Amino acid sequence: MTESSPEMTTGAQPIELLLNMGPQHPSTHGVFRMVLWIDGEKIVDMEPHIGYLHRGSEKICEGEQYHQIITLFDRLDYVANFNNELVYCRAVEQLMGLEVPERAEYIRVILCELNRIASHLLYVGTIGLDAGAMTPTMFSFRGRERVQALFEAVSGARMMHNYFRIGGLKEDLPDNFQQMIQELLPLLKVDIEESDQILTFNEIFLSRTKGVGAITTEEAIDYGLTGPCLRGCGLEYDVRKAQPYSVYDRFDFDVPVGLDGDCWDRHWVRIQEMYQSMRIIEQALEQMPEGPVVSSLGRRLIRPPEGEVYVRAENPRGEIGVYLVSKGVDRPYRLKVRPPSFCNLSALKLMLRNAWVADSVVILGSLDIVLGEVDR
Amino acid sequence: MAAFTLLAVGLIDVAWIVASLLAMFVGLSIVVLALTWLERKVLGRLQLRLGPTRTGPMGLMQPIADAIKLILKEDILPSASDKVIFWVAPVIVVVSAFMIWVTIPAGPGLVIQNLDLGLFYITAFAVVGILGLVLAGWGSANKYGILGGLRAAAQLISYEIPIILVVVAVAMLAQSLDLQVIVEHQNPVLHVVVLPLGMVIFFIAGLAEVGRTPFDIYHAESEVVGGPFVEYSGAHWAVFFLAEYINTFAIAALASILFLGGWLGPGPAWLGVVWFLLKVFALVLVVFWVRGTLPRLRIDQLMAFAWKVMVPLGFYTIIITAVYLFYDWPAWTLTLMSLAGLSVVGYLIYRRVMAPVKLVKEIKARQAQQLAQRQRAQ
Repeated sequence: MTESSPEMTTGAQPIELLLNMGPQHPSTHGVFRMVLWIDGEKIVDMEPHIGYLHRGSEKICEGEQYHQIITLFDRLDYVANFNNELVYCRAVEQLMGLEVPERAEYIRVILCELNRIASHLLYVGTIGLDAGAMTPTMFSFRGRERVQALFEAVSGARMMHNYFRIGGLKEDLPDNFQQMIQELLPLLKVDIEESDQILTFNEIFLSRTKGVGAITTEEAIDYGLTGPCLRGCGLEYDVRKAQPYSVYDRFDFDVPVGLDGDCWDRHWVRIQEMYQSMRIIEQALEQMPEGPVVSSLGRRLIRPPEGEVYVRAENPRGEIGVYLVSKGVDRPYRLKVRPPSFCNLSALKLMLRNAWVADSVVILGSLDIVLGEVDR
Repeated sequence: MAAFTLLAVGLIDVAWIVASLLAMFVGLSIVVLALTWLERKVLGRLQLRLGPTRTGPMGLMQPIADAIKLILKEDILPSASDKVIFWVAPVIVVVSAFMIWVTIPAGPGLVIQNLDLGLFYITAFAVVGILGLVLAGWGSANKYGILGGLRAAAQLISYEIPIILVVVAVAMLAQSLDLQVIVEHQNPVLHVVVLPLGMVIFFIAGLAEVGRTPFDIYHAESEVVGGPFVEYSGAHWAVFFLAEYINTFAIAALASILFLGGWLGPGPAWLGVVWFLLKVFALVLVVFWVRGTLPRLRIDQLMAFAWKVMVPLGFYTIIITAVYLFYDWPAWTLTLMSLAGLSVVGYLIYRRVMAPVKLVKEIKARQAQQLAQRQRAQ
């Protein structure tokens, strides 16, 4: 038993109960495991355990050709596949100095923002379940299903798309894409509004989340929190604004920020981000030009020149970074991912100060981790 | 000869008791099957789903399929469990749930055994079920089970008090603990008109008493994974399930008897049962509706709500009833006092205990302020 390791038993007093949550607990969002020491209903100490989903993705990348790695990135954050594909493709493109066709950039942005909405809708459903409400899940999953139906029409797959290519896209959008997305957007807006209205300002939900799991901006920066978890503290930091990539500098959108850095603020930021993503999609659809979707170089066997590059992007969960080292052959020498979920999860112990057992579930839900990305 | 007559009479009595208990058991089982189907359908409609459709017309056979599945499943006994307690706990829970129904009348005289102290008997048996839940949590030797069992004890005992206080107020109004007398006393003015506060307290505390949303804390799936039921499977789990639905139905039935006039309603006397069932199912639908809408409270908020709001209001109900009876004021004064109490509930909930409306206003004001600041900065 790992529980007998000395550093884990030091915190325990005879009055405390050691409660093992996960990896097979319904609300640890995958295979996360936390060992709680509880005194009655209060949490005294906590020890996180990760690694149950470790697949060695980074090591596998060293043995795969550049094009094949895209499929591995699909499986990191498996609810935001397009965003993951984008950051990897951009890393290789930057290393090669590859120009991506304008149309491909716009399609990438539209799909990434749709994926952000789908990911946040999943979050709304899970936080609802964590707080004990069943219905928001159904409302938000309806919207998510609609987005995924569009993804399926575009890429052929609901989740593991493998649609982005180094230098562009696999193929152009289907012919009826304009019609499909014009039908989708109003429906999606209703779905977002409904899942917002049933939960966000609900009195019981407020009393369960406001002031729960709060951290200060300084602590959030110290722990490397990014994305909604950082913006929930009130700091306006979004890679799409701070260091615009792709064509994000051409769109007009706001960066919503929270007030106190608690669970409710993180929730509110995510809800508002969905509305902002809708704005970006609408603008991108207007501006989208015609033309090719893949640069001719991208079709060949990729051999980037010797060198290294660090590329970051704003994923639904926060800032994802890819560090890529090339030795001039068709496989990367080293590839390191800075996953947002992993860094956000590191602040969990801090957030569980003076928390109740029931809070631990809500706090973990408000961090919105994906274990595929935490463990890699 | 005399001894023989006595024996015969005794046998007839025993046969009558057995037959009526059997009828109650069958009737309640059918009600539970109907309730599970209804809950799944109602929740489905609330959640943009259809609910069960495949088994029979409108999925009506779904509860039977569920029952067969549960009974055929393996009944697992955890090796670390306390076997006697583990097996006895579900029996305690379900027997106490059934025993309540012995004295609940569905119509005038339509009751297995009318008791003069019916209300006393019901409140007494409602507490016995808690013992079963705590024992189930303890006996299954599971930490989630123990946590859930202790939560159940804390929650159910706390909410038992406001229920008893309101029941006492109703008994004072009707001058009886006999449920038949209480129903007849509401002809022509229902207790819900006279004592709306009592109805609200009884219904909310009743939700907590049977562990329905938003008070489903002791078997919260996202925290204690089913609480006391976590190690149970197959028929024993089904027994807990049965007891939960019988209790839900019993709370709705008691609310309709104590406040909504039970079988009273226009039409001939035989329509009484229909009126009773209509009222009960309307209340049950409200319970399902609440479940489809609200998240769950936390244990400290739950206890604060019980002791800071429900118990004082329960005492308030008793006091206004006593004042009303002592001075023999007209009935509308009691309604007025009760409504005043209700506004105190609103005040307490909104300002003191959870302060949500104030909080929403504050949050929105702060967000607007922050937005203005950011716009100025740009």
